[in-house]
Amino acid sequence: MKKEFTPRITSFLCKWCSYTGADLAGTARLQYPTSIIPIQVMCSSRVDPVFLIKAFLSGSDGVLIGGCHPGDCHYETGNYHARRRFAIVKGVFDSLGLESQRLKLSWISASEGPKFARVANEYTEEIMALGENPTRKSIFL
Amino acid sequence: MSSIIIDTSASRGVTGLLKFLLESGKIDAALTMRNDPENNTYDFGLITDASNLDEAVPLIPVMTVNAGQVLSSISISRKKIAAVLKPCELRAFVELVKREKGSLENLLTISYTCGGVFPLDTVITGQIKELLPKYRKTILNGEIPVNTRDTCRACEHFIPMNADITVSVIGECEPGVGCVMHLNTERAVEFTEGFGGERSDRKFDPSTLKKTLDARLAEKEKLFASVTKDGPGLDRLLDTFGKCVGCHGCSSVCPICYCLLCDFESANFDYNLPYFEEHLSRKGALRLPPDTIFFHLGRLTHMSFSCVGCGMCSDVCPVDIPVAAMFKKTGEKTAALFDYLPGRDVEESIPVMVYKEEEFPDIG
Repeated sequence: MKKEFTPRITSFLCKWCSYTGADLAGTARLQYPTSIIPIQVMCSSRVDPVFLIKAFLSGSDGVLIGGCHPGDCHYETGNYHARRRFAIVKGVFDSLGLESQRLKLSWISASEGPKFARVANEYTEEIMALGENPTRKSIFL
Repeated sequence: MSSIIIDTSASRGVTGLLKFLLESGKIDAALTMRNDPENNTYDFGLITDASNLDEAVPLIPVMTVNAGQVLSSISISRKKIAAVLKPCELRAFVELVKREKGSLENLLTISYTCGGVFPLDTVITGQIKELLPKYRKTILNGEIPVNTRDTCRACEHFIPMNADITVSVIGECEPGVGCVMHLNTERAVEFTEGFGGERSDRKFDPSTLKKTLDARLAEKEKLFASVTKDGPGLDRLLDTFGKCVGCHGCSSVCPICYCLLCDFESANFDYNLPYFEEHLSRKGALRLPPDTIFFHLGRLTHMSFSCVGCGMCSDVCPVDIPVAAMFKKTGEKTAALFDYLPGRDVEESIPVMVYKEEEFPDIG
């Protein structure tokens, strides 16, 4: 029997919004896949582009950044900067022909437990359709 | 603004100006390329005594180091400095000023329409001596000289941006006209007061360089096509950067990579036994030195939007990775996201330092 592919999605979640949103999804007993591997960060702007690249090259099938909605950043402007940096990483990936669909940024507030569960489900499905990240097997990276 | 026409070669004209500025005390130091004829080496010289200007070759098509990087450490002094810079060096310096790594305050910038520079190889082998006479003829015709750096051949920003003085070297400067210096700023007019030559209201006309521009744009297309490989992205990445030996030479000569402690040289990248064990337990093999491809991807995301395409990185690469072409190509894409052109305007903020509330509706 073929083992079903379970993606691994490294998720950088902002402490104030998305991580709390994930907590809410949990306490509300909403189902979301185990593919999400959460890492708490103080702000989505804490995520240096190299974090995304490291996760990607180390074999993460998807990389997710969760931050507060624009205008709601706990530090006022952090997520605006995160958005620009994310656009740059995507631009670099596209320019090099790498799969930029494996990178995702989503705004999830602390009260949006259902949205967190939905994003987790949808993104996991998207990644499953893409299949395993070839970097997982590639040794010489 | 006005211009000055001197009946001599462009190179001698500029040296003459530097001499005048030093002797009249208008500047404290001049930064220019020098040639040591005995050893046939080229380097940058910071000169305070005008008698040392005899060895100056301000317009020599050689870039031993990006002058933007050199200026960064000296421009913060209160001394007045006149610097002869290639257009991309000036742009790189403007990028550094934005990062508070230099100041334009006490600087007189002299730049010129650039025909491109020769790789350092040609200097080491002495081949440059044969190349130079042909080079001058070619650039006067508005053509691209052979053997110059690939990114120079593909450079469309050969007209200086923001220079106080622009010296005509390619195209327009026809033999017989002499050295034409265009004074673009009040500062330039003030500094050149009392300097000889014929004053004229001849204006710099970029349209005369259309032939060069077209040739360069065609070369750019060819260059970008040459570094665009077919096949899956990861294979292409390995194809391009797989040869990397991890020397970090490209980042140390890069004028934009200014961080005193680069992340890639920090303790984050001190590999230890647990790192190797963890990695090997997952993959069963490990390339050494590790993270060479990661390094290039990291640099691309950190600074490609500020890349001026000077080509220093490719020139020093020991394994001939087309670093500069990759950065120029990717940089144009990332800069275009923000309608940004590195070195265009010192008031223009670096894309990652600012934001707009409404942008990138597709993200998030």
